[in-house]
Amino acid sequence: MSKISVVPFGPQHPVLPEPIHLDLVIQDEKVLSAIPSIGFVHRGLESLVDKRDFKEMVLVAERICGICSFGHGMGYCEAVEKIMNITVPDRARFLRTMFQEMSRLHSHTMWLGLAADAFGYESLFMECWRIREKILDMLEMATGGRVIFSICDVGGLRKDVPDEMLAEFDRRFAALKSDYDHVTEIFLNDDAVKSRLCGVGVMTIQQANDLGCCGPFLRASGVRRDARMTNYEAYGELDFEPVTANEGDSYARCKVRIGEIYQSIDLIRQCIAKMPAGEVQAPVKGLPDGEYMMRIEQPRGEALYYVKANGTKNLTRFRVRTPTFANIPGLMEIMKGTEVADVATLILTIDPCISCTER
Amino acid sequence: MAKMSKSPWLLHYDASSCNGCDIEVLASTTPVYDLERFGIINTGNPKHADILLITGGVNYQNRPVVKQLFDQMPDPKVVVAAGICACDGGVFKDCYNILGGVDKVIPVDVYAPGCAVRPECLIDAVVKAIAILDEKRAQMSEQAKAERKQE
Repeated sequence: MSKISVVPFGPQHPVLPEPIHLDLVIQDEKVLSAIPSIGFVHRGLESLVDKRDFKEMVLVAERICGICSFGHGMGYCEAVEKIMNITVPDRARFLRTMFQEMSRLHSHTMWLGLAADAFGYESLFMECWRIREKILDMLEMATGGRVIFSICDVGGLRKDVPDEMLAEFDRRFAALKSDYDHVTEIFLNDDAVKSRLCGVGVMTIQQANDLGCCGPFLRASGVRRDARMTNYEAYGELDFEPVTANEGDSYARCKVRIGEIYQSIDLIRQCIAKMPAGEVQAPVKGLPDGEYMMRIEQPRGEALYYVKANGTKNLTRFRVRTPTFANIPGLMEIMKGTEVADVATLILTIDPCISCTER
Repeated sequence: MAKMSKSPWLLHYDASSCNGCDIEVLASTTPVYDLERFGIINTGNPKHADILLITGGVNYQNRPVVKQLFDQMPDPKVVVAAGICACDGGVFKDCYNILGGVDKVIPVDVYAPGCAVRPECLIDAVVKAIAILDEKRAQMSEQAKAERKQE
């Protein structure tokens, strides 16, 4: 056995997609423990409530993260709407659900690509990102934006999506399934991929619960918990069952995300089929006064939005708890005892979003 | 630009961006936009890179990292500020932990605005950066020639 040494990892590293710094305590090629330090993306976004009014804050909330941006805007809007007792029109609820699932779809596809890149399968990375562009094309058609599309607003949506376009989306999503079949087949059955994922970074159901993990990371350990079961927006009217797996290793996390990809396509098509007619924006009168805590399911897990208002146009407090923040203790746990070469893949399997975490 | 004089390599660093521009940077290297057709590779090693592509408004903890990455790159080098946050701080300009743009820390050659920056704009910026890279290289060799004459 060689001496114990500490290897700094990040914030800038060839295999690291996000700026996080880890001190890896290693002996030979084994990681004994990992000590995270964050703060490279902290912007102090929550403090902007002093300078922006509650409607402008929607745009700021969307920029918490560029990947799950729609969900952040929606979570914030929901909280403000609950404080102000605004009933969102049905069509807006369904469209929001659709956009949220489209965000999940592009986020998970992006994750598949990054995971392929992390274990060195570059052509698979390119293939996943090629598919992802098809979803971004649809988002661009409907909203004008590719990743941050600022369509959510307090009271509903800024603009409607015409029915003809929805019908076109339905056709495209039906066709998208065969594209996914092609790549997910490789992720689930290819020996080279399996050798990097199976049995690596196992998280037991006990650990997952104790450490308070969330999202696909938690569900891959066999816990059936998903904030979409609280039936916010239109989820209560859709046929929905959380995707889970029991193994708790990297392969299970990959499997859960792939399951969620197909589920998202299904949910989007359900939304389109059940889309009610009517307005998409409810009138917003007065100023918010009160507080509310909203929980929604983001692609990476459960996110909490706390909004406190005192009857002026500026809020008193806006607080976000994002899924990656809850998953970092779990990540440190699964890294213990793994090979140094697996560290990059393990960081990716929790689908980290450091800019969410630090805001 | 009639022909490429070199296939420059790219170093991308996320200096407190919201990830929106970062995924667009990655998206512009993948099949649909395909920045790699210019022979551009997204490398992780500053010592191999010619173009430094920075997203985000740079915060206090990131400042030394950005500075160090810039210093580690060999000359000639070009800096591209990708996204409005990297240009001047964007929506986060008033935040207490944002310096407000990459040019507060290192000299920037090309500004690519947008929230998030569009891949088309990014490709345009990188192609501009290649021209600037050529200029800088020409200047360097001129200088080297002049120095040799003096000796």
